[in-house]
Amino acid sequence: MSRKLTYGQAFNEAVRQEMAANENVFCAGEDIGAFGGVFGTYAGLQAEFGERRVVDTPISEQAIIGLGVGSAVTGLRPIVDIMFMDFICVAFDQIVNQAAKLKYMFGGAATIPLTISTGGGGGLSAAAQHSQSLEALICHIPGLKVVHPSNPYDMKGLMTSCIREDNPTIMIKHKRLLGMQGEVPEEAYAIPLGQANILRPGNDVTVVGWGRMANEALDAAERLAADGIDVEVIDPRTLQPLDTATIVESVRKTNRVIVVHEAVRFGGLGAEVAAQIQEEAFDYLDAPVGRIAAPFSPVPFSPVLEQHYLPSTTDIEAGIRAIVARGA
Amino acid sequence: MELSTEVLLDMHRRMVRIRLFEEAAGKLAEAAKLPGFLHLYVGQEAVAAGVCTTLTDDDQITSTHRGHGHLVAKGGQFNEMMAELMAKSTGYCKGKGGSMHISNLDVGMLGANGIVGAGAPIAVGAGFTNKYKDNGNVAVAFFGDGSTNIGAFHEAANMACALKLPVVFICENNEYGEFTAREKTMAITDIVDRAAGYGMPGVIVDGMDVVAIHEAASEAVARARRGEGPSLVEAKTYRFFNHHGVQNLGLKYRTDDEVAEWRERDPIFSFEARLIEHGTASRDDIDAVWAELRADIETAIQFAEDSPVPTPDQLLIDVYTVMDGSQLIEKGVPA
Repeated sequence: MSRKLTYGQAFNEAVRQEMAANENVFCAGEDIGAFGGVFGTYAGLQAEFGERRVVDTPISEQAIIGLGVGSAVTGLRPIVDIMFMDFICVAFDQIVNQAAKLKYMFGGAATIPLTISTGGGGGLSAAAQHSQSLEALICHIPGLKVVHPSNPYDMKGLMTSCIREDNPTIMIKHKRLLGMQGEVPEEAYAIPLGQANILRPGNDVTVVGWGRMANEALDAAERLAADGIDVEVIDPRTLQPLDTATIVESVRKTNRVIVVHEAVRFGGLGAEVAAQIQEEAFDYLDAPVGRIAAPFSPVPFSPVLEQHYLPSTTDIEAGIRAIVARGA
Repeated sequence: MELSTEVLLDMHRRMVRIRLFEEAAGKLAEAAKLPGFLHLYVGQEAVAAGVCTTLTDDDQITSTHRGHGHLVAKGGQFNEMMAELMAKSTGYCKGKGGSMHISNLDVGMLGANGIVGAGAPIAVGAGFTNKYKDNGNVAVAFFGDGSTNIGAFHEAANMACALKLPVVFICENNEYGEFTAREKTMAITDIVDRAAGYGMPGVIVDGMDVVAIHEAASEAVARARRGEGPSLVEAKTYRFFNHHGVQNLGLKYRTDDEVAEWRERDPIFSFEARLIEHGTASRDDIDAVWAELRADIETAIQFAEDSPVPTPDQLLIDVYTVMDGSQLIEKGVPA
């Protein structure tokens, strides 16, 4: 097995294989048909499956999610695309009050096998309305599952699981990872939701990071290895439900942990991870749980400012060094 | 009246069922036996009954916060509905939805909805399924005049038309959005004026005339079934009670005279006069329907009162299809 795909191609292949396998799977969103999606992630799908199953919609995020909710509750398995994650705000009622709630409000009678796919993250000078990492908002909503792969292999397996999942799931594709290459098996496979991945085993300190930050953490770990600091990198992959058990087990081994994310620090998911760690591994900690995240500011347009805004490998490396130095 | 006696009596029966259910719910609310909010449909019965008699169980409807009437008209049963309003585990939603989220997917009722305008996009999704599966079914969105001012309605109407989906939009224009008169919130008088903006036909009907509604809905539903796309039907109607609760007179935002004028045109009583005039039913026949359904309501109230409340272990059930441990983690218990 040595075939390589990009992160974006891995997404496309998961969609294509599940559409081929299940007649009830369809895609709908802005520009995903003839154009193949603004990031090319739906390329070729309309040519293969036709306009009936790969649907170009109006620029109407509420109706796009409503299309997903209504078709899911009546027996289809929709994949609806929200071009940029920032745009989920336009459709928040349908996501938060409808998709997430119908099953519970209806006493279990409704099943919503809906996948909402969206592009998150910064690093493209796309400024404050096309760059956000809003995972904390959606992880806060009971009824939703939230997935954010960090590499092509996980992308295909997790997207496959999202499509097969009977609950509403939000797949966050990191825009800066779309071109990332990696080995991806040709056959369909599913990575279970709710299972973290230990990207790099280590003994001295645990770094929890997702999306692009998981890769930045790996780079930082490689740099630190030269100095004899052995970093364990954990990618939760699924942010809701969060695999706390794997994180806690790691922390009990390393006794030090730092959480890294691209979203702003205040109220970010890192705060939840930190809280759960102190609840379950307080006695094992040799240092406070660290957090590396964006400052409390909109994402800036200026490439220079955005570079300062986004956590970098260097920031993570420095953060790890500080955690390791503490109480050593 | 060209409709068959069967359809006419069916429409009457559905309207009486709604009226009795709503009046019973109002009395129970006054007696503090119903938790939460209550939005009564009394006065608008002809709309739900006239439309739903054009539909099958396989056709879908989406509803509003004022949704009991739609569920009754679509075939909802008193026992499970009354139990849901009383928050009992035997209710349609096992006591987790209540009045504002009452639903029964078995009869194609995709839920009352606590968010104004939110049902229309869901109806678009149901309509999409119907077209996708080519099953001949139609999705009907019920909504009020006020909800046509919210973006979700616009997006849903446009998308349904753009994709030419089998969706029928039924606007119940009762002249008030909550506690504010329609003329204060929009510069048009007729909601149907909006239909042309989406490229769909629109028609105004007397919302107190169940036959007129049935005929207009029949045409819109038939058009949708033929694959010719959505239509808008605006029914001019009136709610006899306040936006929520059981008060009907002495309200600050409308006059008692206005209420009295509309009550003169009560959709059930006016229809009964026509049934008698045309010899379709006698006074005794009509009285027998009321008596029979009153007994059903009493049975339902008893059923609901005798039903158990949900047990605490039901709290986290049906957040997801399968308990995956995430809820346990949240409570601080290692999964």
